[in-house]
Amino acid sequence: MKTASYPKAYLYKRIVQAKLFIDNNYADKIDVDNISDEAFFSKFHFIRIFKKIYGKTPHQYLRYVRIEKAALLLQTQESIAEVCYAVGFESVSSFTSLFKRMIGLTPSVYLQQHQHKKMQIKIMPQKYVPGCFANKMVK
Amino acid sequence: MIQKLSHMCVYVLNQESAYDFYVNKLGFKVHTDAPMGPGNRWLTVTPPEQPELEITLFLVAEGPAFSKDAVAMMIKLIKSETFGAGVFECKDIYATYEELKSKGVEFKKVPTEEFYGVEALFKDDSGNWFSLGQKK
Repeated sequence: MKTASYPKAYLYKRIVQAKLFIDNNYADKIDVDNISDEAFFSKFHFIRIFKKIYGKTPHQYLRYVRIEKAALLLQTQESIAEVCYAVGFESVSSFTSLFKRMIGLTPSVYLQQHQHKKMQIKIMPQKYVPGCFANKMVK
Repeated sequence: MIQKLSHMCVYVLNQESAYDFYVNKLGFKVHTDAPMGPGNRWLTVTPPEQPELEITLFLVAEGPAFSKDAVAMMIKLIKSETFGAGVFECKDIYATYEELKSKGVEFKKVPTEEFYGVEALFKDDSGNWFSLGQKK
């Protein structure tokens, strides 16, 4: 397979590295200056290009990743405060209000709904599988 | 009148490794993960911006769905990259390509300008291939 060559490939590589840096370090204290330094950009140039590619500023993206990870953690953990701190938030109340704004439910309602679904799947997995497939999976 | 597609199947050789590929590499979300007897589960994932379409990662294994001969045939066909399983769209193909490549996703075709847009082809961990496109 030939190597990809396209306009501004060097720029894409640096922005993608910055995005992956957020993906991998969302739980730590990250500030945009550090990320733009990592990507060798001036802060404003970096924010502009990042937003053009991902539709969010790096700060908005960081918040998005933290809330998405929190939603995932709430599927396995029950303590909302622990989840809040584990994904990098410092205040449970700001975490709760942002979670509600982005997911549409408070963390506790989300947790309850997920636990209910988990229980239903355990009791009656076939309910979640279209019949034609269920018949093909269970003798 | 048919209104929409709710489920589609991708036949995979290992559900654990398919989970890792579709969730951790492609960034899809798990919709349902339900145990369906020993060694099998109903595992569906959804593309991040299309939560209503469940992609079923259906295990190719001997049982009610596949005979022993069918399993052998399917494994051979999937491994030899016979099946084009679908077309994904993204907003920025170059950024998506760079990210997936850095996560170890194997591309059969690098992003290439075509008359309909820019297109790349990549394989999943079993051997199913997908088109990745950015419309013009």
